[in-house]
Amino acid sequence: MTVVRDPALAADARRERRFFLSLSLPALFIVGLAAILPILWIIRQSFLTTGGEYTVGNYQKVLSSGLTWSALVTTLELSLGTLAACILLGTPLALALASVRPRLANVLMAFVMLPLWTSILVRTYGWLVLLRRDGLINAALTGSGLTAEPLPLVYNFTGTLIGMVHYMLPLFLLPVYAAMRDIDPNLIRAAASMGATLRQVIRTVIMPLSAGGIFSGSIIVLIYAIGFFITPAVLGGGKVNPLSTRIERTLSTFQDWGSASVLGILLLVLMALIGVMLLAARRLVAQNTVEASHA
Amino acid sequence: MKSLAITIESVHKAYGSYVALDDVSLDIQAGEFLTLLGPSGSGKTTLLMALAGFVRPDSGKLFLGDRDITRLPPNKRDIGIVFQNYALFPHMNVLANVAYPLVLRKVPRAEARQRALDTLARVKLDGLAERNIAALSGGQRQRVALARAIVFEPRVMLMDEPLSALDKNLRETMQYEIRRLHDHLRITTIYVTHDQREALIMSDRIAVMNSGRIQQIDTPQRIYDRPSTRFVAEFMGEANIVAPGSARRIDGAEASHETLMIRAESFHLDAKLVGGDGVALEGILRTKAFRGENWLLTLALDGGQEVLVCIPAALAGGCAELAAGQRMTAYAPAAKVHAIPGATA
Repeated sequence: MTVVRDPALAADARRERRFFLSLSLPALFIVGLAAILPILWIIRQSFLTTGGEYTVGNYQKVLSSGLTWSALVTTLELSLGTLAACILLGTPLALALASVRPRLANVLMAFVMLPLWTSILVRTYGWLVLLRRDGLINAALTGSGLTAEPLPLVYNFTGTLIGMVHYMLPLFLLPVYAAMRDIDPNLIRAAASMGATLRQVIRTVIMPLSAGGIFSGSIIVLIYAIGFFITPAVLGGGKVNPLSTRIERTLSTFQDWGSASVLGILLLVLMALIGVMLLAARRLVAQNTVEASHA
Repeated sequence: MKSLAITIESVHKAYGSYVALDDVSLDIQAGEFLTLLGPSGSGKTTLLMALAGFVRPDSGKLFLGDRDITRLPPNKRDIGIVFQNYALFPHMNVLANVAYPLVLRKVPRAEARQRALDTLARVKLDGLAERNIAALSGGQRQRVALARAIVFEPRVMLMDEPLSALDKNLRETMQYEIRRLHDHLRITTIYVTHDQREALIMSDRIAVMNSGRIQQIDTPQRIYDRPSTRFVAEFMGEANIVAPGSARRIDGAEASHETLMIRAESFHLDAKLVGGDGVALEGILRTKAFRGENWLLTLALDGGQEVLVCIPAALAGGCAELAAGQRMTAYAPAAKVHAIPGATA
């Protein structure tokens, strides 16, 4: 049986669809202007000499430099280190927040979110006050006799990592907490009634069901961490040089737009690679949970 | 004498000023199917959750057999639970859900799989083992939850309004199936519902609860025919509470001075169908409604009280001709007239 469609009704439907599509235009316009165009410009710039002629010399220069590769390694170390710390600190914290009474959870959440309301510069210099040789933490450590010498907590990798984790933790926490909050408490009760210990409940129910949140949190952390600039610049003391500080130096010291653009593209490629790897990891995890759940 | 499976001894539970359980004591025989019946807020689910270990009583004791489980954590109680929303693990398929308690008990893989499959067959879910939970209908989810609660052969099974999310026909099918399953496995079962019909159909005994107290605990027939309080009488179907003096004896003997409970369906319109020791209620017909299997009449007694009279369609020869406003008499046999001690109409 064929039904003859009323063309007027079909036109109405088309008009409605078009209207909703048109709502995305302003956003698309801004993204195009603020993201796509600059990227195209950087790609073009990376193939130009300072004189404005086409060349692949920028790529040769940057990719053959040891500084580039050590910056790349530093970027990866900082990003993955931050991610690892966020997962190790943030996941139990999210679980704690999701388990306490809602009112207490709101109060604790406010404390977690407080750093987000403070400027990153203020926070970074705050850490400097705490972490440097004569800072509060070292004064407490040497004063109480726990350590004979002040610990090297800042102007190095450790200090940078501390500052970055402090910044990223709330960003990581939010999606993980949301995922854990959404778990039906009856699932946990059901698991317990069937004999699961708390540890088993966490491993077999809570973790698989918050994997999506941990995954989102991880992506957020990595996106921020890979391009992080202020914290390494201030707390690294010139000794921690990820790609972001290399780009800045290439521009401010050498005014080398071509090399800086190549470094920028490197950062972009790195992000894309990590994105692909994370997606693959998620697919693998999803498969594993299904298989592991097969008795 | 049968052995006791569960003993509940003066359990109290309050949330702030709200008393959820008020000195509740209850003995449940091994193999019994006991229903906690009551309106929402009556404490029935709180009592169930206390047995499961998810609600900590303020005082009182809980025993499983001879063992004091009052302070035992939920995962050590060996109690199967079917939750109202089923609480199936969405990240596991049907088989993994059902095998879960066995895997926790370190049952070897092949055996756990076989036992899970056998249990799925028992609840008529053969062939769905590899399905995702999201792909199941409500009735199928219900069966998975049931399978998961019985697969580890717990001593006791608790069911918290397990059928409330199903449509009427499926609910009735499941009522008989759950009861049949219980008769086969003889797992002591405590079943929570607010549906009195469900409680009557399924239970060995019913405990009617209201505002944190057990009002009456008895067999379905006695709960229905011999309610001990007005609350129980009115909660269990269409009950008329008749004030002393409103009813007269058919044979003219002196009428009872107690408050009487007469079910709507106990009435006849023909005095000859009721013995001389039965009672008669006189009044004016207010409304009449045809409900398919029966007629429902509202009778306003001379004292002003309204009484519901339900006459089976097969016996209601004259009902169609009755007109609102006309004077009439309804008769109930003595066996169906129950005095409620201490109640006032």
